[in-house]
Amino acid sequence: MPFIPHTEADVREMLDTIGVSSVEELFAEIPENIRAKPLEKVPEGLSEMELMRLMRERAARDEAGLRTFVGAGAYEHHIPAAVWELATRGEYYSAYTPYQAEASQGTLQTIYEFQTMVAGLTGLEAANASLYDGGTALAEAILMAVRAHKGKSHKVLVPETVHPSYRRVAHSFCEAQGITLETVPYDEATGVVDPGALVGEANEHAALVVPQPNFFGRLEDAEALASWAKERGALVIAVVNPMSLALLTPPGEWGADIAVGEGQPLGLPMSSGGPYLGLMATTKKLVRQMPGRLVARTVDTDGKEGFALTLQAREQHIRRAKAKSNICTNQGLAMTAATIYMGLVGEEGLKQAAGVSHTNTRKLVDRLTAIDGVEQRFDGPFFHEAALRLPKPAGKVVEALQDHGILAGFDLGREYDGLDDTLLVCATETKTDADLDAFAEALKAVL
Amino acid sequence: MLIFEHSREERTNRAQMPRGEVALDDLPEGQRRGSGLGLPQASEMDVVRHYTRLSQQNFSIDTQFYPLGSCTMKYNPRGANEAAMLPGFLNRHPETPARFSQGIFSVLYDLQEMLADICGMHAVSLAPAAGAQGEYAGVAMIRAYHEAHGNHDRDEIIVPDSAHGTNPATASMGGFKTVEIATKPDGDIDLESLEEALSERTAGLMITNPSTLGLFERGIKEIADKVHDAGGLLYYDGANLNAILGKVRPGEMGFDVMHFNLHKTFSTPHGGGGPGAGPVGVSERLLPFVPVPLVAEGEDGSYFLEYEQQRPQTIGRMTAFPANIGVLLRAYAYIRMVGREGMERIAEHAVLNSNYLMEKLRPHYKVAYPERRAMHEFILTLEDLAKSEAHVAAMDVAKRMLDYGVHAPTAYFPLSVPECFLVEPTESEAKETLDHFADVLAKVRQEAESEPETVKNAPYTLPVKRLDDVRAAKELDLAWNGERKAAG
Repeated sequence: MPFIPHTEADVREMLDTIGVSSVEELFAEIPENIRAKPLEKVPEGLSEMELMRLMRERAARDEAGLRTFVGAGAYEHHIPAAVWELATRGEYYSAYTPYQAEASQGTLQTIYEFQTMVAGLTGLEAANASLYDGGTALAEAILMAVRAHKGKSHKVLVPETVHPSYRRVAHSFCEAQGITLETVPYDEATGVVDPGALVGEANEHAALVVPQPNFFGRLEDAEALASWAKERGALVIAVVNPMSLALLTPPGEWGADIAVGEGQPLGLPMSSGGPYLGLMATTKKLVRQMPGRLVARTVDTDGKEGFALTLQAREQHIRRAKAKSNICTNQGLAMTAATIYMGLVGEEGLKQAAGVSHTNTRKLVDRLTAIDGVEQRFDGPFFHEAALRLPKPAGKVVEALQDHGILAGFDLGREYDGLDDTLLVCATETKTDADLDAFAEALKAVL
Repeated sequence: MLIFEHSREERTNRAQMPRGEVALDDLPEGQRRGSGLGLPQASEMDVVRHYTRLSQQNFSIDTQFYPLGSCTMKYNPRGANEAAMLPGFLNRHPETPARFSQGIFSVLYDLQEMLADICGMHAVSLAPAAGAQGEYAGVAMIRAYHEAHGNHDRDEIIVPDSAHGTNPATASMGGFKTVEIATKPDGDIDLESLEEALSERTAGLMITNPSTLGLFERGIKEIADKVHDAGGLLYYDGANLNAILGKVRPGEMGFDVMHFNLHKTFSTPHGGGGPGAGPVGVSERLLPFVPVPLVAEGEDGSYFLEYEQQRPQTIGRMTAFPANIGVLLRAYAYIRMVGREGMERIAEHAVLNSNYLMEKLRPHYKVAYPERRAMHEFILTLEDLAKSEAHVAAMDVAKRMLDYGVHAPTAYFPLSVPECFLVEPTESEAKETLDHFADVLAKVRQEAESEPETVKNAPYTLPVKRLDDVRAAKELDLAWNGERKAAG
């Protein structure tokens, strides 16, 4: 019997101590008429060796060796070997929420270091211990902004250039609370929001969401958008890729009140879509409105430095129906891995990873736009990801390139009317010149 | 020492720096970062030692007995981790098309089917990223169901006073008012209180069974009938599923919708607080509303994901990408290793361990529901100690236990029992461990009576002594600014 240590003698002795004659007697309080039917869909147990054979066989079905040039919210970056060696140590892997602070200093200090790193990257004063992913972090930021907004507005402006899945997730969590998400269109020539085209009176909106870079890889005029919002009393929610923050002005410096993002690029494998890591940072002024777990540095009875969960009065286990959010955990292990990743690559390493990724995408864009009929879809600077117009529907091209072993990019026509011919491509630091050449050759062949 | 204190300006970690050309001239000046990132510059060995040392300052299942009630801290099989970390699963981009995803989709499809079977539900969606998110999905489905039937006035959710804090918080996030109902002295729900709470405004009832009191709710059928007769739906909080695996299924108790906490019942790692996964199970009438994606099987036997297009009434997406796949893979691996015959054994041994430990502690502590059978957890109340001349609180006893190398049980939950411990040993602990734990608790009890100050100042043997929570909240230091807090 896997994972149960008892011998028959143990069971006997334990039953005697309890004063019953069989294990079944322990379930006597369950009425007979609701007893379970036998399981039909769960097969007999496997040994670990048999399990591994089965799982290897399933995993191998998907190992077609596709070279990935898709970004669109999940990015293939190199992960130093030490990251997961350390993160999966049993003391991290099999610990729980650090409710007994003295017995959880490892987890707590790691969270404190993570909070410091996220605050540093975003240029804001305080970060939490993480949320589920970038999409849920945006949803929580919108709920937070509505709580914090003094004008009591329940409307939030969300540009179309925000990741379409993030917008869907925000909708799933905000609609029930009577929050309206108003869509802001993008300029068709530039692929960014024109600050001059925004409309809204003072205090009409609780917040404006600003993606930087946006879903098309384009750089928004973040500062102008932020000032527009501030003049009208709305909070500014930045949606960022943490990798970009190594090189771009951080949201805290261009006027964001809350910054959220997907932490997956920081040492998490693409993992078929999860688990990922929701980042959230904000100003000191708004910290008490922030959802999720927070760790503070404090001292013990000897005056020695230590760490503990704090401001728990915001949380569901104390405030119940009045809590800031129902979230009662964070992405502990993913957060641990990201902290170790940032510790390992450090300031210079992150700049280098971001810089090489950006340069590789530029090289890829140069190679692909040298092909007849392929051109950049939007004017203006991009970071690390770019939209290309193709002479054929992007969906068809993506499919054809799979036979060349290439996962070519994200077909923007799936999400945007009028962009059926537009492909969003990304090349990170993991791509070599040979990879870029292979993509260009294959594209030439299928067009 | 913090990782930032290992940092030296010119120290770079060459092996972790990608080589390659960097040309940033196309990034506009005004958008380029001028300030530092706030990350350390340390050597690889510094970083490895630092995080290895930090890990050693944690209690964990792999190092200590960890009987946290309601959290189900059982052994996390390493085989499940290895299976989930296979490159074919790990290195896949979430946008990989279905024809290159048949291996992973087949695992997820099987997991949906197995979970539905285990819980007697019609279908399962794996989308929610955690138990609390699964709860939200459940509540959102209840809302969508009533709205689809034109019942816009059903805006109340009923929860027992002993419920997890997430239940009322979730109901409120879902736009509902919560109505609390009482439990009787024997621990079962007070049916009169339930009847008073039920009305044409009732959207549903959220409970767990076994309850947060560690007891099987014996009147569950009657409760289900009453809620259904009033036009409400029944929500099952899957937190305590471990106790009843193979014995009774939520669907057969009358529940319409539920969430699973895979980290509890199916032993995926808690990871210091996540990531979890919170799949939701539904009865047939709620199927149209489940969160997307669902994994579906085509006529040719191939698998694909169903989104809004195939499921127009869905409550939507929970996360940007399909689900916490890595967690789902571990749960799948665990279920396959335990197998059909093992499911029931889990519940039996979890309940056996719980009742045995309760019996061993009965001479030393007051059991909150002494007449009842414990399911996989039970409650002790230390009110007599707290009210005694010694004034030793449950939290003091918890801290002293840490000195003896065992983690404390959940303290001060459920809120309805004063000065309580919720103790959950789980099925993966041996009798010797339980005996040792009972000895430790008996010894601390003795200490609390004979030398209360020793207990009140505990712990002594851990990396830090009792921490100042008030200062933590008052001086609110959430990020390092380069200054040392105090000598140490």
